[in-house]
Amino acid sequence: MTLAATELEFRTVIGLEVHAQVLTQSKMFCSCSAEYASAPPNTHVCQVCMGLPGALPVINRSAIESVIRTGLALGCTIPPYCKLDRKNYFYPDLPKGYQVSQYDLPLCVDGQLTFTSEGVEKTAGITRVHIEEDTGRLLHRDEGGASVSLVDLNRSGVPLMEIVGEPDLTSPVEARDYLIALRQILRYIGASTGNMEEGAFRCDANISTRTADGSIVGEKVEIKNMNSFRAVERALIYEEERQRKLLAAGESIPQETRGWVDARGVTVSQRTKESAHDYRYFPEPDLPPLTIEASFVDSVQAALPELPAARKARFIESFGLGASDAELLTLERETADYFEVAVGSTTDRARQISNWLLNDVFGLQRERGLPFDAFPIEAQQLNQIVELVEAGDLTGSGAKSLLAGIEPGENARAVAERLNLLAVGDSDVIRAAALETLTANPAAVADYKGGKKAAIGRLMGDTIRATGGRGRPDTVRAILEELLSE
Amino acid sequence: MALTLADVDHVATLARLGLTDAERERMRDQLSVILDHIGELAELDTDSIPPTASVTNMTNVWRDDTVQPSFTTDQVFQNAPRVAEGCFVVRTPLGGEGDEA
Repeated sequence: MTLAATELEFRTVIGLEVHAQVLTQSKMFCSCSAEYASAPPNTHVCQVCMGLPGALPVINRSAIESVIRTGLALGCTIPPYCKLDRKNYFYPDLPKGYQVSQYDLPLCVDGQLTFTSEGVEKTAGITRVHIEEDTGRLLHRDEGGASVSLVDLNRSGVPLMEIVGEPDLTSPVEARDYLIALRQILRYIGASTGNMEEGAFRCDANISTRTADGSIVGEKVEIKNMNSFRAVERALIYEEERQRKLLAAGESIPQETRGWVDARGVTVSQRTKESAHDYRYFPEPDLPPLTIEASFVDSVQAALPELPAARKARFIESFGLGASDAELLTLERETADYFEVAVGSTTDRARQISNWLLNDVFGLQRERGLPFDAFPIEAQQLNQIVELVEAGDLTGSGAKSLLAGIEPGENARAVAERLNLLAVGDSDVIRAAALETLTANPAAVADYKGGKKAAIGRLMGDTIRATGGRGRPDTVRAILEELLSE
Repeated sequence: MALTLADVDHVATLARLGLTDAERERMRDQLSVILDHIGELAELDTDSIPPTASVTNMTNVWRDDTVQPSFTTDQVFQNAPRVAEGCFVVRTPLGGEGDEA
């Protein structure tokens, strides 16, 4: 029986597994530096992360704390007892022949992630968060027809957490938005850089398709090799469509692992390593179990920063910001912190500070090629500049010049004076500029006198320009209106 | 407990070992004896003993997150059969093009 795809109503079920590198100085089980991206190969390795016989691992307490912090940020329960297990498989990037991970007693269980997708708030369950170690990296080379691999163990033993989500997501867009929200939280709490390009935040997706009435249910397919949010969304859109077509054609979907090929925009079936799932987990005898005291959990909970969703809501509530501005200001914790320092006690100035920050300070930041957490001016200086604008002592264009010219530690008013940027309220100076403008723009004058009052906008612009951008707009308007009414 | 030759083949595959027919027979016998020996533990009455994943009675053996010096290049590669571009050189495993997470 073949049915056109349009005749069936399909449902998509997606669950995501995220591997995020835990931000630490040293590795999970030894004191080698965890920095692997910039170091020459095999320079951050020792007997433990090379897997030499007899070497004993010791747990990095900070990594455990970061995973618990992540679990708490995701509303998880932290069981009082957990252990580490060996996951056994052979591959040249895994020198010990096993990966230390957690099997049946993870650090964190039963949480949820609330996120916004296409304007609607959604909640997806978090099954568990556990700690494990990363593998080394392989570089493949062709040696006169023979394929060899170069092994770099700098990444071997770098702490990794696996965040397993419930299959609660119903579309590729939701999957993308879930990931964006998860990454944002990890960055907020300092648990991971979340850098996808560097591989510090990786995602595998399980996706299955069924008909709305449950009469046809496809097997679960795992998708790997998605290296950006966009890739996750594209891969899932492709896979959703592929599965629907198969089911609509009366075919079945085999349970398999498929890899996303970004350049071609397709998923392809991956040959699974034989018996890859026979990992023979057993308790890691070299590592004593962990007892997580309630007091320890409480102290981590108490130190948890305000999370992005809560902060956004507070910005809207306390500062009267629009939802999209509050969203932009809270995307990164550093931006939100900067904004709050800039606002300080002058809450009534918050909206203006938000506008100047989002438009001009960010614009200058981009222009100068600064990273997102490096600001071209100090937060207090932004407040001072907005104060000068609100007092009418600085025009918009004067403020822009001041932003570009102020140096760290300087007072905004002092710099404005030195650079001769303070607004001119002197009516004689403005009157002279206004007369000059009116003489040069007879058409606009005629328009205005003929009833097109909007023509004054152009005249104001020209007059302010004639004052070197410093004429106070309110004074300029008053003088122009006076001259035009004569 | 008598293992089958299929059990032996499965374990050999996981261990990446190629066994001759004679070795398969020998391993079946030896592994069966080992399992029987371990199986004697099942005769003990452990009802009153709580399950444990560790016998050291230690918990929370951990360290502060500080970096110590790593091996020197000489130390790293002193047992390496082949080195190139600062890396160990191995034959690429069959079907292996990407990293396993």
